Amino acid sequence: MVSVDSDNPAPAIKAQVEAGNVTIDVGDVEYADAIRLCDEGLLEPIDAATLPAAPDGTPAVDDFLPGALTECAVSTIVFSTIFAYDTTKFPEGPTTVADFFDLEKFPGKRAMRKGAKANLEMALMADGVPAADVYATLETPEGQDRAFAMLDKIKAETVWWEAGAQPPQLLADGEVAMTTAYNGRIFGAAVGEGKPFATVWDGQVYEYDLFVIPKGAPNKDGAMEFVKFATSTQALADQAKWISYGPARKSSGALVGLYQDGKTEMAPYMPTAEANLTNALASSYEFWVDRDGELNERFNAWLAQ
Amino acid sequence: MTDQTAPPGLGAESLTTADGRPLKAALHRAQARAKRRAFLLVLPLLAFVLLTFVIPIGIMLFRSLNNPDFVSYSDIDSGTEIPVMQNVQAWFAANPQGTEPDEAAYAALAADLVHLKEIKAQGSVGTRINYVLPGSRSLFTSSARDAAKLAPPYKEAVLALDEKWADPAVWQAMRSSAGTITGDFYILAADFERDDSGAIVRTAEKERIYLYLFWRTFFLSGLITLICLVLAFPIAHLLATLPLSKSNLLMILVLLPFWTSLLVRTTSWIVLLQQQGVVNDALVALGLIGTDGRLTMINNQTGTIVAMTHVLLPFMILPLYSVMRTIKPSYVRAARSLGATSWTAFRRVYLPQTLPGMGAGVLLVFILAVGYYITPALVGGADGQLISNMIAFHMSKANWSLAAAIATMLLFSVLILYWLYDRLIGIDNLKLG
Amino acid sequence: MALPIYASPLERIWHYAYIVICVLIFIFLMAPILIVIPLSFNAEPYFTFTDKMLAFDPAGYSMRWYDRLLTFGMAAPEAARDGSWWADVWANATWIRAAKNSIIIGFWSTVLATFLGTLAALGLSRPEMPWRRTIMAILISPMIVPIIITGIGMFFFYSNPCAPLEWVGIEVQCGRLTGTYTGIVMSHAMLGIPFVIITVTATLVGFDQSLSRAAASLGANPRTTFFRVIMPLILPGVISGALFAFVTSFDEVVAILLIGGPEQQTIPRQMWNGIREQISPAILAVATILVTFSVCLLVAVELLRRRSERLRGLSPS
Repeated sequence: MVSVDSDNPAPAIKAQVEAGNVTIDVGDVEYADAIRLCDEGLLEPIDAATLPAAPDGTPAVDDFLPGALTECAVSTIVFSTIFAYDTTKFPEGPTTVADFFDLEKFPGKRAMRKGAKANLEMALMADGVPAADVYATLETPEGQDRAFAMLDKIKAETVWWEAGAQPPQLLADGEVAMTTAYNGRIFGAAVGEGKPFATVWDGQVYEYDLFVIPKGAPNKDGAMEFVKFATSTQALADQAKWISYGPARKSSGALVGLYQDGKTEMAPYMPTAEANLTNALASSYEFWVDRDGELNERFNAWLAQ
Repeated sequence: MTDQTAPPGLGAESLTTADGRPLKAALHRAQARAKRRAFLLVLPLLAFVLLTFVIPIGIMLFRSLNNPDFVSYSDIDSGTEIPVMQNVQAWFAANPQGTEPDEAAYAALAADLVHLKEIKAQGSVGTRINYVLPGSRSLFTSSARDAAKLAPPYKEAVLALDEKWADPAVWQAMRSSAGTITGDFYILAADFERDDSGAIVRTAEKERIYLYLFWRTFFLSGLITLICLVLAFPIAHLLATLPLSKSNLLMILVLLPFWTSLLVRTTSWIVLLQQQGVVNDALVALGLIGTDGRLTMINNQTGTIVAMTHVLLPFMILPLYSVMRTIKPSYVRAARSLGATSWTAFRRVYLPQTLPGMGAGVLLVFILAVGYYITPALVGGADGQLISNMIAFHMSKANWSLAAAIATMLLFSVLILYWLYDRLIGIDNLKLG
Repeated sequence: MALPIYASPLERIWHYAYIVICVLIFIFLMAPILIVIPLSFNAEPYFTFTDKMLAFDPAGYSMRWYDRLLTFGMAAPEAARDGSWWADVWANATWIRAAKNSIIIGFWSTVLATFLGTLAALGLSRPEMPWRRTIMAILISPMIVPIIITGIGMFFFYSNPCAPLEWVGIEVQCGRLTGTYTGIVMSHAMLGIPFVIITVTATLVGFDQSLSRAAASLGANPRTTFFRVIMPLILPGVISGALFAFVTSFDEVVAILLIGGPEQQTIPRQMWNGIREQISPAILAVATILVTFSVCLLVAVELLRRRSERLRGLSPS
């Protein structure tokens, strides 16, 4: 099995399957891509019943968090888009997602991911839309205008990142004072490397990361075994030793222990920790499967102007 | 190519070669053989370029016009093409544009949705419609899921599943997608769309992007070309007027950037221009700016302009230099001796002679600049992106047809410029160092 | 460039201003290339000169980023640096593997481009060549057409190379060229071909066809004529064309991003990832090595050019 770093394997999977020449055995994709690829018949179905049960015997179907299993994909982790800041610049610290968009109260450069997803949701939450209403608002043209108007406020001061490794780098280099980021990256820099970064969980947008097997994968059986192994209770709990992404199984939660440094308790750093969920939004794949093209188009047009 | 035949009136017909054949025929045959030999030498490369360049570009053109996803579904497991949405298409064929979808239309739709669900093609069909009508993908996937339950009267049943089916835009999108060959992606790539009646209209202002990006690409390329010309002129002039031994030495300073990896040069500009970079540090150290007033010179248009100017400058210097080298200094001296000021001599005598070099450099730099991808992607930030970056974006979203359509538009602009270059300068005169 | 004695004061001022302008432009050309060299020896993970570096304090300089080029990706970087450590470097270090790939791909695409390109250049330079201008325009176009466009075309074609055959009704199942060395070598050779054509035809400009006729009339067969008369004359052009082709492949990112598979990780691709994600000073160490490499290439090309001009009697030696 070859492991490859790739920003997003979804287009490669689509191209390979359509051409009938697949080299990828297992892909690690976002929810909307998993649904889209599956709908288009490009993925092998994965029967949830064949996944290993929890140690206490709970079948996998009940053990995984709601929505974590789909016809063709198995969730591994929950990751979240949060925002983080440099504590040396703001000792008092921003505390709400609205602060991220407030240049008067918290002056300094911002960084955000170059794309519509998560940014628009955070913008609406910052504008006072309750998490539960975010997608209903974003369905409407007025809601979209509202989100973009919020982004307009910080556009001139914003640097756009594309790879997950960039935000901690931008913070560390002093290029920006605040940035949106994947929570695990900030955890790695703050706890792992001792950087003066703090995470704000208010307004976080969390979602699953999933394993998929392309149709016609060269080692289909091996791939299936790998997915079963890698999504077992223990394996999912073990990955949390390295980075603060929440396991997608309930039974793994109890087994999550200390960070690899042997002293940091991981639980409070997980997107799914009770305290972090007070104002949090579960990313809607249904929304993004449909709207991804349109909103990214508008986002690109907005960026270019 | 001129055909060298014997001059008329010399009785060429009567001349024969040693073995008795008419001279004209023998000559002709020898020439044909020589032509064939020359062509045979080129043939392997021509075949190779055909295979690795011409055919792939042809396929790209084809992909930009071809998207059969609403008409057929390629089943991966069996490797066959299964026709889809046949009933709706039959209804379209029987009813002209503008017909209100009736019970028959909804019955056809219901039958097709059931079929989609059976062969699991609802995602593929939905994605196709989603390209022209954003937000309609889930209409297909969710309706197909429950299609088996549909019973007459179909209109009410389908609308009960999802009232969005009543939207004329959905029917219009299906109608315009009902074919394998479509110009829809060019319509999108030109910032147009179809309205409910099928007429082509401009997209909403806040979603227009491609024409603007094309304009920006040409504007920035033009600006970069101009800066290159301004910077290259004195250098080329200096190199052309210095004695050969000295100019050869200085030439190395021009050629070294030319031979250095593009990525290395782009990296260097990041290092130089970033906020905590060398230039900002130097300005702060000199007291020209405060620590808070560090300049933003990277991840924006400035970054793209500076880095691309640097990368393309040698392409301007080299053709200018090769022309200037041939200009005899005695012309300017003659002008001066006849009373012209140095400025007049330069403007009236020297400058016109450099025009071929300027033309070659300007066209070459402009052509190369409009297709740039790497440099803007790395240092361009949001407002320094060019049209190539948008093509790459759609490739990364697996929206092949749209990527191919925009790429085709860019290709034609480049080919026109290339044709112009060949016309005015001639490709044979392209020199590298 | 000397100032004539009759120059007016204004002209004198302009003359010196002109020199200053030229020096500034040369600095603009060279600064970005030179700046990475000292910075790659930075002891700190910064991209700017530290106070220690400016004070020429040896403590401000280190080889750590070069060391990182070796250790990054190794199975056991902490092990003792003996034979097996180096074996580990050779087999696993990310940058070493990328370098090996770059060299292998560069070598084969250069061979292919040079062979086909030289052959074609010989044909194109014959006065009898039919449709010369059109064919030349086609062969040079890979240099002109933006690589992103060529790359997309190759992506479609290489994903299913038999598709064109299927359209004309021939049903065949054939392999894929994306993610293969063959595919990459083909695409890089195609991108390098214009350079070979340009440099080789340039050496053939003014090539006296009577030389080969003279050789033939003296009893040399075409083979002998080629190797003894033509080859020595065009060799400098062939070699510099080959160097251009190699550099084109060695510096190519777009095609490899679009059609390369996981195995074809090359230096530029690795750099691209590095710059986009986490620009570490290790990138500057790679950059420094590449700059050294281009200096060597440049010297080689310059020597070849002079030799060629001397051989063809274009300039006094």
